Amino acid sequence: MIEVENLSKRYGDKVAVDGLSFAVKPGQVTGFLGPNGAGKSTTMRMIMGLDRPGGGRATIGGRSYRDLREPLRRVGALLDAAGLHKRRSAYNHLLWLAQTNRIPKTRVREVLRLVGLEDAARQRAGGFSLGMAGRLGIAAALLGDPPVLLLDEPVNGLDPEGVLWIRTLLNDLAAEGRTVLVSSHLMSETALTAQHLIVIGRGRLIADTSVREFVRSAAPSHVRVRTPEPERLRDVLAAAGFPVKQASDGALEVYEAEADKVGELAAAHGVPVYESAVRTASLEEAFMRLTGEDVEYRGGGR
Amino acid sequence: MSVATVRGVVVSEWTKVWSVPSTLWTLLLTVAVSVGFGRFVAGALSGPDVQGPADPLFAAFYSLTFGQLAIVVFGALVVGGEYSAGTIRASLSAVPRRGLFYTGKLLAATGIAVVVSVVTVFVTFFVTQSALGVNGVTLSDEGVPAAVAGACLYLTLITLFATGVAAMLRNPTLTLGILLPIFFLGAQGVGNVPGLKSFAQYLPDQAGSLIMHLAGPQDDPRWARDYGPWTGVGILALWAIAALVGGYLVMRRRDA
Repeated sequence: MIEVENLSKRYGDKVAVDGLSFAVKPGQVTGFLGPNGAGKSTTMRMIMGLDRPGGGRATIGGRSYRDLREPLRRVGALLDAAGLHKRRSAYNHLLWLAQTNRIPKTRVREVLRLVGLEDAARQRAGGFSLGMAGRLGIAAALLGDPPVLLLDEPVNGLDPEGVLWIRTLLNDLAAEGRTVLVSSHLMSETALTAQHLIVIGRGRLIADTSVREFVRSAAPSHVRVRTPEPERLRDVLAAAGFPVKQASDGALEVYEAEADKVGELAAAHGVPVYESAVRTASLEEAFMRLTGEDVEYRGGGR
Repeated sequence: MSVATVRGVVVSEWTKVWSVPSTLWTLLLTVAVSVGFGRFVAGALSGPDVQGPADPLFAAFYSLTFGQLAIVVFGALVVGGEYSAGTIRASLSAVPRRGLFYTGKLLAATGIAVVVSVVTVFVTFFVTQSALGVNGVTLSDEGVPAAVAGACLYLTLITLFATGVAAMLRNPTLTLGILLPIFFLGAQGVGNVPGLKSFAQYLPDQAGSLIMHLAGPQDDPRWARDYGPWTGVGILALWAIAALVGGYLVMRRRDA
């Protein structure tokens, strides 16, 4: 269980994290989402005791990270895949980590096998691809067999096979009852992995909800109807109390309505319908809608 | 902070040192440069046409002023290397208590520095003195034990001084950019330049050089220092302690 209470951090006059509160529960994968620059990494560093909070606190199992004895046995983290010495071998990287927390050498071999790096164990980390470095980072996080895992953008640089592997791994770890927090700026990838979401923008909490609920509330589904008489159908639907919008191609978007009801109303009033379809908003749309105003670095657009 | 906890951190720090070639090279170079250059100096000061050195201990330890540059690089890399390689976050995640982490690092660095210093000093001493032949001294001669012990202390303390400075600056390149020119100028005798001497003689390397007989004949007022050899070692120790305390305060306060 990770608990964040009213956490704040500023760098100079720039607020990175602003009164953030949430709890990460065991037994499920929790996605930590937000656009780049939203404060995800800063929050994770504060949970890990690397950065001092400007205000508030973060605890793991009720204790702050800096108070944990042999913390690798309590919390595994992947903060940045680049935290490797280029000239040190993968095995030796894991070895010194293990020694700090009195983790036996046999476990180093075990995690190397688990992430598929046993053949690269003696290679220098500087020669690793982004994907291999990512796997080594995961191996380091799993070294102490911890009940809590914090992974910052773990799929970055992984090939499709690696992405699938990590998705399965995270779900297996959560199914074992562990607390798993995974940050990402990619909504669709997170939706495939996570069951719960914590969404932040500009350092503030935007949503703390299940993936399903998030999509439903953030961007509701609607019925899309194509008809040669949009004006008449619009009046009919409006009179029945349904909000209606006209899309750019002339089709109508009917909200808060079932497709059956829309069809019945059209038939009752003799309006021909060429096409009727239920559209569920994509996660990307839901994400964009919620964080739209909170994107810090926006593309110029046209 | 139990003994077992500290031992784990020290062992991991030792692993960090031997698992990277650059740190091993600095230690090898310390011995090689000191012994090799010392042999050359002693060779130049002996032979049929030469009268021999005024002070055989000067010949013994002069090469350490160059060999020290390599062990200073080692000292700067012990903490500073974590910042340049980016491993500091992994280290502090594994050992979040800054005091424990810093203690483990210093114990490992001190142990390594002591061993390398003792090897360097003794090998250099025997090689140079045998090259000097009849003009050489032995360990039992008067003043020699103090100079040999002082040289071992000197190399260890100057290494720890560099470690502390690097921990304060969190950057090994910057640290070496500052320290190496100072120590190199020290080897060129900056501590004896008349206008600078009143201040320069208190610089860490200059304060420590007196006990190694590298500060010139002390009965000559041009060379004479305002303190004795052991006080000089004490001044160097104060520099090292100040740098290490400063490094600890920076590590405790700053975000990783």
